[in-house]
Amino acid sequence: MSDKYIARSAAIASRMLAGEMMVMSAVDSTFFTLNEVATAIWQAADGQTPLSQIVAEKVCAEFDVDPETARQDAQQFVEELSRHGILLISDDPLDTVQSPTEAA
Amino acid sequence: MQSHEITIEIGGHPVLLRTKDHRFRDLLVKRYAGFIRGKANSSFDFEIDLLSAPAQPCDDDVCVECTDGMWRMRRGDFVAEVDAAQGHGRIRQTANPYSIDSVLRIVHSLILAREGGFLLHSASAIRNGGAFLFSGISGAGKTTISRLAPPDAKLLTDEISYIRRQGETYYACGTPFSGELQRSGENCSAPVCRLFFLQHGLENKVESLSQTDALRRLLRNTLFFAEDEVLVKKIFQAAGEFLDRVPAQQLTFLPDSRVWSMIQ
Repeated sequence: MSDKYIARSAAIASRMLAGEMMVMSAVDSTFFTLNEVATAIWQAADGQTPLSQIVAEKVCAEFDVDPETARQDAQQFVEELSRHGILLISDDPLDTVQSPTEAA
Repeated sequence: MQSHEITIEIGGHPVLLRTKDHRFRDLLVKRYAGFIRGKANSSFDFEIDLLSAPAQPCDDDVCVECTDGMWRMRRGDFVAEVDAAQGHGRIRQTANPYSIDSVLRIVHSLILAREGGFLLHSASAIRNGGAFLFSGISGAGKTTISRLAPPDAKLLTDEISYIRRQGETYYACGTPFSGELQRSGENCSAPVCRLFFLQHGLENKVESLSQTDALRRLLRNTLFFAEDEVLVKKIFQAAGEFLDRVPAQQLTFLPDSRVWSMIQ
């Protein structure tokens, strides 16, 4: 399977609370709470870094997880968020999107 | 034909209504008693066209759309539109006070969103100079806890709380929006000192909530009517900033007045 590029949608609002990222779709008001691993992927979703590189550098290197499980979980995670328009997925690098509303 | 005006001020925001039917104006004067004020610079004004039959087939859901700066709202009993920037609008409805109530809720949710405030499904009351919010879905106990309020508590609403931000402080303001209690709140305000999420139980107890749980619950109970990107972002931001400043807890309670000993 070819590598994917992921970028955060501009149509979301997000906020980091107690180590968890809260993300809400501004389109359908769907609300997500991301765990630490998902937050790491989310924060690295700049549209320019391949998903495989994000998993290797931000997940496998930081968390105790085997690479294949990490890859499968990341794939599932980004597909779910993309269904709600929260993450954009592309076979090619994506232009940098507008920063989402975010507060520390 | 002569136009009859009435200005309804909620949370310090006056909204001017004009109708050609003096009887309808009288109806509104009665409905919004305590929230009527004299001539004022209103943020929004509406012309009301009274219809002899509902505007469209009955539909209980309010639909709100925003395109090109125009807010369009409709339900079975009314159709309304307003220019959000200019503040001028028109309502077509039958002669009842409930349609106006819905339009006012939508308009005030827009006004508050601009300022970092919001409308919340909650009862609210002032005690010892501070406002307490009691939030929850229908059946959670908003009206019950309002009925149990002691004489020294000023009830602001048993249904829809009006949360206004001024600087770093959030104020709860009285509203005429009532639930089962069917009476308007007192037209006064106080700084919000605590938000409770209500739950019926076998004992009275207050429990802490994680920030994420509190934010999730707060957003679930916040009124916003339109799937508008800008508005949704504002509401999300407002809810987060509110929880940065106001503690949120879960209040489990028995339906008797002893619960109010924990609220002061």
